[in-house]
Parts: sequence; C-alpha cells; structure tokens
Amino acid sequence: METFYEWFRVLYDETGINLPFIYDSYDRGRMFDGFLLTIKLSLVCLFFSIIIGMIGAWLQGSPLKWTRRIVNGYIQLFRNTPPLVQLYFFYFAIGSLLPKVATDYGGEAPLLGNFAWAAISLSFFAGAFNVEIFRSGVEAVPDSTVEAAEALGFSRLQIYKDITLPLAFRVVLPALNNNLVNLVKTTTLAYAIAVPEMLYEANQIWSDNVNVTEMMLFMLLAYFVLVGVLVWAMNSWERAMKIPGYGS
Amino acid sequence: MSARTFKTDLPVLLPAQAKSVERFSIRLEPWHGLVLLLICVFSASVGFAQSTPVKAPIFEVLIRWMPLLLTGFVFNLVISFLAMGIGTAVGAALGLGQISPNPLLRKFCWFVTQFFRNSPWLVLLFFAMFLLPFQFDIGIAKIPLPDWLKATIGLSLPVMANVSEIVRGAVNSLPSGQWEAAESLAYTRRQTLWLIILPQCVKRMLPPWMNLYSILTMATVLASIVGVSEVMTLTGQALAAEGGRSDLLAPFYSFVLLIFFIYCYPIARWTVYLEKKFAVKG
Amino acid sequence: MNWTEDQPMVSIKDVRKSFGELEVLKGVSLDVMKGEVICIIGPSGSGKSTLIRCVNALNDIQAGSITVEGQEVNDKNLNKLELRKKVGMVFQQYNLFPHKTALENVMMAPVRVLKQDKAEAEATARALIKKVRLEGKENSYPGELSGGQQQRVAIARSLAMNPDVILFDEVTAALDPETVGEVLITIKNLAEEGMTCILVTHEMGFAREVADHIYFTDRGIIVEHGPPATFFDDAKDPRTKEFLSQIL
Repeated sequence: METFYEWFRVLYDETGINLPFIYDSYDRGRMFDGFLLTIKLSLVCLFFSIIIGMIGAWLQGSPLKWTRRIVNGYIQLFRNTPPLVQLYFFYFAIGSLLPKVATDYGGEAPLLGNFAWAAISLSFFAGAFNVEIFRSGVEAVPDSTVEAAEALGFSRLQIYKDITLPLAFRVVLPALNNNLVNLVKTTTLAYAIAVPEMLYEANQIWSDNVNVTEMMLFMLLAYFVLVGVLVWAMNSWERAMKIPGYGS
Repeated sequence: MSARTFKTDLPVLLPAQAKSVERFSIRLEPWHGLVLLLICVFSASVGFAQSTPVKAPIFEVLIRWMPLLLTGFVFNLVISFLAMGIGTAVGAALGLGQISPNPLLRKFCWFVTQFFRNSPWLVLLFFAMFLLPFQFDIGIAKIPLPDWLKATIGLSLPVMANVSEIVRGAVNSLPSGQWEAAESLAYTRRQTLWLIILPQCVKRMLPPWMNLYSILTMATVLASIVGVSEVMTLTGQALAAEGGRSDLLAPFYSFVLLIFFIYCYPIARWTVYLEKKFAVKG
Repeated sequence: MNWTEDQPMVSIKDVRKSFGELEVLKGVSLDVMKGEVICIIGPSGSGKSTLIRCVNALNDIQAGSITVEGQEVNDKNLNKLELRKKVGMVFQQYNLFPHKTALENVMMAPVRVLKQDKAEAEATARALIKKVRLEGKENSYPGELSGGQQQRVAIARSLAMNPDVILFDEVTAALDPETVGEVLITIKNLAEEGMTCILVTHEMGFAREVADHIYFTDRGIIVEHGPPATFFDDAKDPRTKEFLSQIL
C-alpha cells in the first residue's frame, strides 16, 4: 500500500499532477471523512424524507380539507423554491430563533449544528417529492385486488401490510430511486453552510495545495462513480423486485 | 433535481393509474403563494416584536432593499435564459447523437450525457468557475469571460445532459411503427427524423423541458456560492449592510423564497396542464 | 340464531340497492339450499353482479334482508370476517395477488386470516392446486399464467378458506374462448361434489347443465325462475323469451 501511495508522490514530483488525497495521510483522512459524511447525510435524509413522504401521503387521504391543503402547500412550497434558499432559511433564519445551549466548556452553542440543519432542510425538500410518489403508488393498486383480499376475510391492516404496501412499493421504486439519486447530488448544497462533506473537504484540500484542476476532476469522477454505483445498484434491485410476467 | 414523471411498467396496475391522473394531479392554487407571503409577513412581525425600538422597522428595511433584490433576481433570470439556451442547443445535438446509427458516436454521446447527468450541479458549477480561463484568446482579440458567464456555462452543463436525455426518451417513446411506416414510404433516415419523428416529439418533450427550466431557475442561486452578484449574494450583502440583525434573516430569506415561488409556481402549473393535455391526446 | 340444513343456506328477501339516484336492485328475493347450484342470468346492467356482491357484503344494501346460514348480512355490527370465512368469491378479473406465486396466493388467506399452521396450509394448498389441475404451476406468478390458469388458481384460493358457499361473478367473461372450458369443468366438479354455488354467468349451455335452478333478472327484478329444463324450453315471460332468443 505504501508503495502505491509513494507512486503518486513521485507522480507529483515528476509531472506536477498533485493528488495529495492519495499520498498524504492527512488529506487522505479528510477526503475519506468527507466521503463518509456525504454517505451519512444521504442516508439520514433518505430515512427522514421517506418518513415525511409516508406521513404526508397518509395525511393527503384525510377527509379534512385543511389538512390536505396544508400538505399540498408544503409540497408546492418546497418544490417551487430553491433548495439552497430553503437551507439558508432553516440554518440562518430558524436557527437564529432557537435558544442556545450551554456547552461543557462554559460557552454557548446553537441547539442544532450545521449537519442537523442540512439534514432537516434536505429531508423536507426530498420529502415533498416523496409524498406524491407514495400517494401515486398506493393509488396505483387496483381496487379490485384489494376487494379480492377483502372477500378472503383479510382485515384492513392485513390488506395494507400484505397487499397494498408490497405492490405500491414496487410501483414507486423507480421514482423513489430517482429521488434518492437526486438527494445524493443535492447533499453538495450542505457545502454552503460548511458541513464538511465531500465537496467541502475537497475545497479545503485545493485551498491548501493549490491543485484546483486535479481536485475538480477528481470530484467529477468521484460523484460520477458514486452516483453510477448507486444507479446500478438500484436498477438491479428494481429488476430483482420485478414481478415475473409483468413489464417488458 | 429532476422530478421524473412517475411511471410504472406493471400492466396490472395501469388502469387504476390512468384513472388516477384526473384525481391526483396536484391542485396548484394561488393561495399557495399566499401561504408564503404569510410566512414572510409573520416572520417579519415576529422579528419586529423582538427588535428594539432604535432599529428601523423590518418592513421599512425590506422595502428599502427590495429594488436591489429584484434587480438581482432579474440577473438570475438572465442567467437562466442563457443557460437554458446553451444547454438546449448542445443537449439537443447530444441527444440526437445518442440515437445516431453510428455506434461510436452513440456511445460517446451516451457517456457524455451520463457523466454530466450524474454530477451534482454545484460540482459542475465549481468545475466551470475554476477551470475556464478568465478570457479567451482568439488571436486577433481577447474575449473576456466574466464570472457570471462562467457560472452560466457551468449551469448549462447539467441542462445539456438532461435535455439530451429528454430528446432520447421522447424519440424512443414513439412506437417503432412510425419509423417503419416512413421507411416503407422511402423516406431517408434524415427525412424520417426531421419530418416525421421530431415534430411528434416536441409535444412530449415540452413538459419535461419546462420542468427542467424551473429546476435550472432555482439552481441559479448556486451562483451565489461562487460570488456572482445574483439575488442570494445581494441578500447576504443587504443583511450585512444592516449590521447583521438576526431579526431580518427570516423576512429577507422568506422574500427570496417568495420571488422564486411566484416565478416557478405558474411554470409548474402550466407543466402539469400540458402533461394532462398531451396525455389525453396520446 | 340456529340454522339447520333444512333451511335455506342463503336467503335473499326483498333486497333493494341503489347507487346514488340509480336503483339497481328493486326488491329481489331468492333462496339457496345447501348443495344447490343456482345460476343468475340476464342482460348486462340488470343487477346480477351487484346482487351476489351483496351476499358477502362487498356492497351494502339499503333495504331487505340477506341471511347466510341464519346470519343477517344487512347489519351495521356485522362481523364481516366471520361472513367471509363462510362465503367464498371468484371474480371476473381473477384478482390474484400479482406479487405472490400461485401457491402463495392459495395459502396466504388460511395462514393470515385463519391462522392455520404454515405447513398444514401449504399441504392443503398443494392439494387444491392439484384439484384444479395445475400441478407444476405452484411456483409460477399470476403474470406467467394464462387467464384460464389464473382463474383456476383463484378458485383454489377461494376453496382454501373452506367456504360453505362460493359466489362466481362472471368468471369466464374475461377469458379467451379456448380456456373457458377448463374453468367450467373445474366449477362443474365442485358442483358435483356438493358445493353450494351461486353463479352469475353468460354461459347458457353450462347453466343448463349444472344448475339446479335458473334466475333471470332484468332491470333490478327477478323476471322469471325455474329448473333449467322448464326455464330454457318453456319460458313464460316475453322478456325472458326475447333474451333467450338473442343469446341461444
């Protein structure tokens, strides 16, 4: 492994192509942490956006007119405004309204850190898309299939759990995956409030090493591979979940 | 972010879905904008209640800065028009390349499309900002390349990739019978494409293209991160000029959200309308 | 209420049902004894499907009474689960669960609803699949089966609940002509084994062959009924005559 790292140090000396995130252990650590944080932020947002999507879809079926209107308002608001401004609004505007908490060192710290705000903001953003995805999935299950289960004596909960959800899930999977891919790309916005994710760490490295070109190309490649792997995994998952005999 | 229209390939689930189009299309109504306005007013009044009497009232401050912020927003729109124009032109060519009979060209265009589609917009923006020269030397003259133009080019890259996919998707969604019918009438491939296929595709491409434009418009604020003086940058400067009053944060950011909403919401509504209209006609 | 076998298993008395303004059933009465096979025929829109859907409470009724083994169906506090254990139903569109194999479709309700032991339910399910002559198709998904095969799985699925009476709602109407026969044979075998069956059908030849009693409905009322021989050869009502002349 060391010789591998050394090779890149030599590469730098010989050609000027500077890739410190490979040969320098400190930069390597930063880059790796950034990568992990991008993954972590994606997973946290994925989890909460799905929760938001499910609750929202459920609320949209509410008989109360105002409940439906509020959910619709939420969806339209978050879909038709820039996610970056949403992030600023959460982080600066709402963040400044929250009380501060005392730290162990006697100082004061905001109640929620920048990672938390990025997670909240992006979850609401992606959640707005998930609400409609989930609702369309549940609605896509034919009434007649539900009726057949009713005729067999299934209870409402059993029908939802055994019939509606598994079918709806397969229907929404492509849209959900599409949303997930977008979510991973959108985590780069957290850069704007200094969450040390991959792009932020890359920025740190190019500031220290003055190797913007190399870092920029690496970033393009890194996201290309990250998203590519994700898309590939999702597609295989979709294929595995496909019901035999349906679809092309 | 792209919101691909939701599709399923389970035929058993299709009828219910077709039926659901009418019932579940989002009802976009003007009061959605009102909600935003309310948040804006509400946060302003909350801030007002918190502020000490010495400071200027929040509405006054907001109104004082409004012309500047709106000018900034117009700049966002200019960037969005330019980026959409460049992205559409290059993207359309790339998309046609993706359906070219030449396998090498097809592979190449596919790869370029995927590469720029998978990259986050912000990364592509950085890419353009840092790697494009500040001026082009074309021998006789030097053409300067200001930051905002670089940002425009940076934003047009993902637009290009998405347009390419829209074109490819639309052409592929046409039944193959159209190609065969044209072929049997002795049209050349080029004639078939330009006279038969593409005219039919325009209808299918319009809604996703408008959706893309809306996403692009919202992405123009990313240019603030690289220092272009668009609405978000100006908002930050206005807030700084007011001495960093925290009670101004919510009203100012709400105001920015509001302008974008007022602009993007009708586009979204129109997109949904067109989608429905074209879906009915088939 | 104690029900004995000398009383009608299903008793329908003066049932009225409307969808909004439209009155679909205008006072329908009929009785079905245990082991009897009755066929309801009539022009489309005459309310025959609605009638049998009321028997297992998939549709509710506005007036009248339906009892199944003495249990009143037109009752707000009706235990639908108990009713549906007694009344099986087979649909025109099969309505199999597309994400489950044939075997799983058949054993799902016994396991989930009747809480049967899984191994026991599977053994029963396999026997039933054999009974409808689909050995070897246990692990096929509905999408991989022909219409006739799917319908036979649906019959097996209904039988797995061990019902006392089965409702057949135009079960051959959606099938290709060449697969109609195999489904009819299956139903005929059931009838011969003594299963109580209520069929809505357009297959006149079949109705004549298997039915103990034929009911002819038109515009929400029963116009004429009788044993097949008298009904088909000696119809009294002009509407029945006209219908039979068109269809035979």
